[in-house]
Amino acid sequence: MRRALFLLPVIVFGVMAALFVKGLTMDPKVIPSVLINRPVPEMSLAALPGRGENSGLATKDLKGRVSLVNIYGSWCIACVQEHPYLMEYKKQGIVPIHGIDWRDDPALGAAWLKKHGDPYERVGVDPAPGRAAVDFGVTGAPESFIVDKDGIIRYKHIGPISPEVWTKTLLPIIRELQK
Amino acid sequence: MRWLSLSRRALAPLAWLSRHGARALNAPTPRALGARRLFMASAIILFAAPALAVNPDEMLKDPAQEHRARELGKDLRCLVCQNQSIDDSDADLAKDLRVIVRERISAGDSDDQVRKFVVDRYGDYVLLKPPFKGTTLVLWVGPFVLFAVALAVVFGFYRRRAGAAAAPPPPPLSADEKRRLEKLLKETLPKEKGK
Repeated sequence: MRRALFLLPVIVFGVMAALFVKGLTMDPKVIPSVLINRPVPEMSLAALPGRGENSGLATKDLKGRVSLVNIYGSWCIACVQEHPYLMEYKKQGIVPIHGIDWRDDPALGAAWLKKHGDPYERVGVDPAPGRAAVDFGVTGAPESFIVDKDGIIRYKHIGPISPEVWTKTLLPIIRELQK
Repeated sequence: MRWLSLSRRALAPLAWLSRHGARALNAPTPRALGARRLFMASAIILFAAPALAVNPDEMLKDPAQEHRARELGKDLRCLVCQNQSIDDSDADLAKDLRVIVRERISAGDSDDQVRKFVVDRYGDYVLLKPPFKGTTLVLWVGPFVLFAVALAVVFGFYRRRAGAAAAPPPPPLSADEKRRLEKLLKETLPKEKGK
């Protein structure tokens, strides 16, 4: 009993160290979304100039098939990083990708797509104060949401999509939901 | 040439100043200057009003409503710079949330409704003061439990010590024991002296 008492500080230290080490490897920017398993928020966003009048994004557009909703902006630097991959996934045609041009001048958002390529099926503009983005619980760009056939949000990815994220996390979820 | 001599005389104090330096003007010694600077710096730090990021164009016309918005904003976390409130933060998202909080207030929402609106979108994490509920029980009650345990341990320790001190004194030696003690002392003491 006495001996066990002497071991106690060592055990406490061990537990604390394990917690801290785990804390170090976690990204504080990644906040679990409360919108998972909830329907897509009600929205009806206008189209980007030059993309056709009917190409805006509304809640009803996200029903009927699995889709990926990507938050971007012409001001967003990390979006440039993930964009080539979105172009690639569009070419593969696995899942329709929709964009929300967040806190942006629509003209700049359209010009940005001309410059970097347009992977989106539909794009809605969400100028400041970004009501749709707030409804989605967006904390920054880029962010991507996987929406199932019934228009329910099933997954949220914070930060740029990399091939690793795509093959290890997003694609398996998309495939599962498409079944 | 008259003006020249005049101007020279007029300039005399300046020339004198430049010769004798700033000290002539009752300038503080370097040490006093340091103290004065320190005083100024601390005054600036101590009396500076906290800079709020709330822009005038965001404010509501009704001061009571604006006051409610400020009180709400203080407790809402900016999701970009996570340890600042939305009122303190200059981030765009914080501004958006300030605007939306004010929209809800103008629309007639109560404080709780506004808070619920934001929590429904960003989770409890957006509240700088976490709510008291099942998942946060350890957070709120944990420190008090730990304190109670520590108190119990300290209390137990002192009680044991006090108990040991207050133990009844041993019974006095019997006549036989006294004789044995004398004998033992006599046997050992001379030996030790001899050493």
